[in-house]
Amino acid sequence: MNDVILSRIAEALTWTGRYVERADATSRILDAYLHRLLEDPWRDEDAACRSLYAILGVDAGGQPVDMQQVLDQLAFDALSTCAIEGALGAARLNARSAREAVSSEMWECLNSTWHALADQRLAARRTGPYAYLELVRRRSALFFGLADSTMSRDDSWRFVILGRSLERVDMTVRLLSVRVLDAAHAPDWPTLLSASGADEAYARVYSGFGDTPRVAEFLLLDRDFPRSALHALTTAEECLAALGRPRQDPARRPIGRLRTRLEYLDSQAMEDQLPVLLQDLQAACMASAEAVAERFFPYQGPVEWAQEGARAV
Amino acid sequence: MADIFDAYALADAWDEMFVRPGEVRAAYEPVLAALQPIEPTELRFRADQMARAFTDRGVTYAFAGEERPWPLDLVPRILDALEWDLIQRGVAQRVRALEAYLADAYGGCRAFEDGVVPWRLLLSSAHFHRAAQGIEPPGGVRVHVAGIDLVRDEAGDFRVLEDNVRVPSGVSYVIENRRAMTRIFPSLFAEQHVVPVDGYAGRLLAALRAAAPDGAVDPRVVVLTPGPSNAAYFEHALLARLMGVQLVEGHDLVCRKNRVWMRTTRGEVPVHVVYRRLDDDFLDPLHFRPDSVIGCPGILSAAQSGTVTLANAVGNGIADDKLLYTYVPDLIRYYLSEEPILPNVESFRPDEPGQLDAVLDQIDQLVIKPVDGAGGQGIVIGPKADRETLERTRKAVAADPRGWIAQRPVALSTSPTLAGERMAPRHIDLRPFAVNDGTDVWVLPGGLTRVALQEGNLIVNSSQGGGSKDTWVLAEGPTETAYPEPAGTLPEVAPRQHGPDGNLTLVQEGAQQ
Repeated sequence: MNDVILSRIAEALTWTGRYVERADATSRILDAYLHRLLEDPWRDEDAACRSLYAILGVDAGGQPVDMQQVLDQLAFDALSTCAIEGALGAARLNARSAREAVSSEMWECLNSTWHALADQRLAARRTGPYAYLELVRRRSALFFGLADSTMSRDDSWRFVILGRSLERVDMTVRLLSVRVLDAAHAPDWPTLLSASGADEAYARVYSGFGDTPRVAEFLLLDRDFPRSALHALTTAEECLAALGRPRQDPARRPIGRLRTRLEYLDSQAMEDQLPVLLQDLQAACMASAEAVAERFFPYQGPVEWAQEGARAV
Repeated sequence: MADIFDAYALADAWDEMFVRPGEVRAAYEPVLAALQPIEPTELRFRADQMARAFTDRGVTYAFAGEERPWPLDLVPRILDALEWDLIQRGVAQRVRALEAYLADAYGGCRAFEDGVVPWRLLLSSAHFHRAAQGIEPPGGVRVHVAGIDLVRDEAGDFRVLEDNVRVPSGVSYVIENRRAMTRIFPSLFAEQHVVPVDGYAGRLLAALRAAAPDGAVDPRVVVLTPGPSNAAYFEHALLARLMGVQLVEGHDLVCRKNRVWMRTTRGEVPVHVVYRRLDDDFLDPLHFRPDSVIGCPGILSAAQSGTVTLANAVGNGIADDKLLYTYVPDLIRYYLSEEPILPNVESFRPDEPGQLDAVLDQIDQLVIKPVDGAGGQGIVIGPKADRETLERTRKAVAADPRGWIAQRPVALSTSPTLAGERMAPRHIDLRPFAVNDGTDVWVLPGGLTRVALQEGNLIVNSSQGGGSKDTWVLAEGPTETAYPEPAGTLPEVAPRQHGPDGNLTLVQEGAQQ
């Protein structure tokens, strides 16, 4: 009975995991940036906002950008899956289309979060976006916590976690890329660490404060920190291994290669090849995601549920 | 329109925000402009929101046996660049002089031989510990962290009220206040150039590591706390977390062969620097109070033998004895050959021949303080005290002149503070925090501004129901850049991947049902 899973469901689960993680990571990044902008009296708002757009893969356009515009575009835009609201909306729809595979509690968590966002968005106009961003982080944690405690460790669960892991690598790499490739616009190291939720974990490991190689090393190579690229890659690989063909898995191969490369990289080598490494990581994640789609979700185009939704109008 | 500043009547003191009614000081103009249009209900809402956030985050303190959210007032206290420069130099100077005094008192005793400070002041101090005699701490640092209490007098001048070089607390509230303010008033904050305070933990850790005994290659620092029932436990935990070091209680430590170890799941691990947040008396039951169980037996011997550094050093109490306070301007001249940058509050020493009678005669016009009181305890404010209290105090001072000092009352400056639904002037003070790493005394920009929430009250301690304000040091224009100038173009970062829901518009319509 439960040993097969519909491609459509698998796809919806993967993207549910990805989008919730995206919302969570985006909220952390925005929070860290906003805080930094407010706290740093020598800020250049336009440059900082532009680097934020660059991280999140959104075109900033030619006009000067300010924080309000950033929030409108990266938090409150319900139509873009690059924004928190759009990502959570998409996660909710994906979960709804896989309701028999996710637990009721998970679905309710996403649904109530989606409805709660509107209030917080209004409140954000008055008192700033912190409560909104915090809500997103808490509900994301609740969602994955519920996935942890209410889903069997079957393939359905693996797709959720696979989606989360791939998105996590992607987000970590994006953050680092802007720092490494364009130090001028980049956030400073403490901001970068807190944007990754890693400031306290980092302080415990290094008993001290950041310099470039150490922070990059932590965010890429740390075995124990769940948001490090290595940890997330390892998790993704484990999911794929359990899901799939033992040999020659085109989804697993690119991330497996990267994972082994990271495993045995010493910090000097990492520092030397950082820009290339980051590009390779991003490419590997994309290649893997595409291979996952090709293999597990073998059809293209808009899926059935979208039309169902449309019919209900 | 109702205005929250409508009923603001200046008290008989220097007001931080207004020169006279209706005339605002330049530094406060943007803040006033931002606050004035806000409805009282809205201010209440934000204040409540802040209180809830503090409760949720565990930023609380014990008041009358109850766990209360840390009281932060919504109106910041602002110091412009010039004022701050003075304070910073004055505080650092003070710390250097106190360091020199401690080194001298536990070493050559030059100042006593030269008659700058009387011998009896040292020998009669309850905090003079023979155990500290002859210990030469690494880098010569005994005051790793200091909190120097300042007030602003009627003329607007900053004066030192007292020095805290034992276990000064409150810095966590500086950090949390800033965090809360940026979250509750982001727009207000965005218009200001306020110097950040988030560098504290980094500076502290660097100073503690620098204080490690010679030979410790990768020194292990711990924060020693009396435990969760201590009023400042929140601060201990925060500092440990921000520094990424262990927060230990006395029984987590063990001393063997004159070394300090901590008990861990991997066995006993050596400790090199203990940032202790408990008083000397509780530190080591072998030396001090044998009935205390919150310290670590043997830790003092380990410190004496130089295998572990205690921060702040044992015996620092002789330097923040309130009687010594009256000598600090002389100490600055004596040790540093400098003039004091920040003056003391005018003080009298009943202990000194001739001064006792003068003090007793005008006791109803002076503030009388026990020399080793803490948290505002035991202070008698002459002009406000009743006859009976004055009589009692007069007897106490006469019986033990060494136990008291007297000061001219200073009308502490006032700052607008939310009282109910209106702004009212309340007295404030300021505790800047200094960190000494042995080569440099760094002062955290700002510090803890405490506010007496009761009208007319001059005692601001939180243990007496006081509140606090976020303290803003305004940056001196955009000369200093935290980031290098933007150059070149942004890097190409890969586009985002999307799932099977590109058409969100369509789906959303369905979702609205």
